[in-house]
Amino acid sequence: MTAVLELKNISKIYPGVKALEDVGLQLFSGEVHALLGENGAGKSTLVKVMTGAEIKSKGDIIFQKKTYNFSTPIEAQQVGISTVYQEVNLLPNLSVAQNLFLGHEPKRFGFIDHSLMVKKAKQLLTRFNLDIDVTVDLSSYSVAVQQLIAIARGIAMSAQVLILDEPTASLDADEVKVLFKVMNQLKSEGVAIVFITHFLDQVYQISDRITVLRNGKKVGEYITDKLPQPKLVEAMLGKELKELTGSHRAESSMTQKRENEKLLRMENVSSKGSIQQFDLDVSKGQAVGLAGLLGSGRTEVCKALFGIDRLNEGRITLAGLKLRLSQPSDAIHAGIALCPEDRKTDGIIGPLSIRENITLALQARLGWWRYLSKQKSQILADLYIEKLLIATPDADKPINQLSGGNQQKVILARWLAIEPSLLILDEPTRGIDIGAHAEILSLINSLRKGGMSLLVTSSELEELVAFASKVVVMRDRKKVKELSGHELTSQHVMTAIAEG
Amino acid sequence: MFTRRYLPLWITTSLLVFLFAVGAFHFDGFGSLRVIINLFSDNAFLMITAIGMTLVIISGGIDLSVGSVIALSGVAVSVLISEYHWHPVWAFIVVLPLGTMFGMLMGLIIYNYRLQPFIVTLAGMFLARGLATTLSEQSLEIDHPFYDFVSDFGFQLSGGAWLDLSTMTFVVILLIVIMLMHFTSFGNNIYAIGGDEKSAQLMGVPVKRTTVTIYAVSSLLATVAGIIFTFYTFSGYALAAVGVELDAIAAVVIGGTLLTGGRGFVAGTVLGVLLMGVIQTYITFDGTLSSWWTKIVIGLLLFFFIVLQKLLNHTSTART
Repeated sequence: MTAVLELKNISKIYPGVKALEDVGLQLFSGEVHALLGENGAGKSTLVKVMTGAEIKSKGDIIFQKKTYNFSTPIEAQQVGISTVYQEVNLLPNLSVAQNLFLGHEPKRFGFIDHSLMVKKAKQLLTRFNLDIDVTVDLSSYSVAVQQLIAIARGIAMSAQVLILDEPTASLDADEVKVLFKVMNQLKSEGVAIVFITHFLDQVYQISDRITVLRNGKKVGEYITDKLPQPKLVEAMLGKELKELTGSHRAESSMTQKRENEKLLRMENVSSKGSIQQFDLDVSKGQAVGLAGLLGSGRTEVCKALFGIDRLNEGRITLAGLKLRLSQPSDAIHAGIALCPEDRKTDGIIGPLSIRENITLALQARLGWWRYLSKQKSQILADLYIEKLLIATPDADKPINQLSGGNQQKVILARWLAIEPSLLILDEPTRGIDIGAHAEILSLINSLRKGGMSLLVTSSELEELVAFASKVVVMRDRKKVKELSGHELTSQHVMTAIAEG
Repeated sequence: MFTRRYLPLWITTSLLVFLFAVGAFHFDGFGSLRVIINLFSDNAFLMITAIGMTLVIISGGIDLSVGSVIALSGVAVSVLISEYHWHPVWAFIVVLPLGTMFGMLMGLIIYNYRLQPFIVTLAGMFLARGLATTLSEQSLEIDHPFYDFVSDFGFQLSGGAWLDLSTMTFVVILLIVIMLMHFTSFGNNIYAIGGDEKSAQLMGVPVKRTTVTIYAVSSLLATVAGIIFTFYTFSGYALAAVGVELDAIAAVVIGGTLLTGGRGFVAGTVLGVLLMGVIQTYITFDGTLSSWWTKIVIGLLLFFFIVLQKLLNHTSTART
């Protein structure tokens, strides 16, 4: 049996970064092939290369025994490779039929034949068990139906390869069932489907084979039935599930005692579309780790705590006081600080100096009428540059000229300057070099000893286990396990991530 | 037919019928074919301009240059006829493509440099007005037998109504544009771009070609309107049609087209112009009210329709 689409030794090099290195992928008609990997593994780059949205640096794309060099998405579409992107890319103001046939409307005497278009649209949708009025606006249907219509559009262009990028991210359980039914049907019709998701349960429900990527390289290709879930998680995270000995959790009884003073309490917190019934206790001077795969709800917990996502139910209390968080400034005033995951877009203000970046949050907390003099801010900046060992000649250097690790330290300094009682760090060590990595870890430790409470998310389990006295494991937007004391090993955390 | 998409259209129609009925009830001679036909012939140039504006607004843009293009087209035609003694037909043949190119240029600038249509067509507005003034500061009279012939051309209808050439031109243009909007890919593409330009591009809509064509059509129709305007006045004047772009935008909005793009109908715009015309006729028949009352009523109507659009949009997002 030959593959309908074969990628051979694909490499994609961006200036300074190897996004893909010698990656291969084989797709057979009539299979659902799951493409898995953590954030930054190279999944989306591979899809972009496959569909012509990005041009490969090296390698071959062989589609039905012919070699192609796609340079635009339309070229790939025309030979039969369709992509349905994560956000539904259709037009809410056009009718369902118009959306299905935009760009290739059925015509008669050069004019659009509306009745034929409606008939064809209905025909197409019966394959998806959708019996809907195709003449009304797309926006009158639910996201799930829109997603199915987007897939139907992909099929209408007679696709033989269908790439679904996170198609279930915005669907509920019933809608997922409908989608899977359609996928199974397409499979039986001989379409090859690439399925990208971060819901591992779904991978086992629908896929036949799995390709795992990590750090731009292919880890392996597996038959789904023969790969138990823990092994899959191992492959994705790149660590073996072995017992880690020498847990250094013999913390002094003094910190143990202080940890009994509760600082933060989240009770039954739910937020629409992000987390469900989440409970969490953080004590004074305690570092709590949040673990879980990408999309498990880690970042969403941070957002709910910082007032970015609104709560539907539940309550958050800080030092005994109930918090009403409707925007981040409420959280800042309550003494909560957040270093966001994406430092480039959510954290630094590139052209501003280190000093200005550090004093930003403090100034916001003081209010604009209590102006922080340049002298004071200079003292503050110098203090943190020294304390956090930020490598810079002076505080007036624009922050975008610093390395990633040093930028991260400046953001940390910004939030330390407001002296928060709870500091949330979302992936503080991602994308920074080893040296800065260690410095940030030791900083977390010294902050904790100084009585600050920390909530840290990280995909590096060993790192989490090293500094946290409690790790909360999340899966599918719910808390699945809480580990502390001698239970807290990276082995246990990984098992919890994999099995719940 | 009575879905949310058509609701604004029905509201405009009902208002139009209601106001006309009120007028016919109050004044003798208001409810006649003659008044209806005059609504068309008096407003033909505005309707033609507003049809072009509808395309632009459905695509999510705006064209502020149309009033100035009307003036420029009128002045250019009168200069060619009166000063250079061209035959009017030759003048039209030269001026129409030039007007179209003016719109193409604006469309190219908007697309290539990703600029706001508002600012590009504002520049176009000043440019066209300035060019018109440079051609002739004074009003230029047109005295040509062809003009007499055309303005006398028409059909006598019952009740003293007179169907003139400007109304016939308008009807032909209206039919062509409705065909374009609903039975060609070009029309679908305009709606698609107005819905979401990025998605439209991903779905294979030729966004550049469509954008340029939209502005070209708008300018072409404004140029036609400018020529028709010279048949009303038998002259070309650089300061004519000031603010017509705003009347056109008002008619488009009253006709039910969303200012944010993606939704609307050319037919609605025609109803919008007619509604504005009926209000004006009513005030003329009344005789005691200042003509500025027209503006007051149109202002109130605009507020009403903008709020209506917002409410309709709210229900549509609530349903998804």
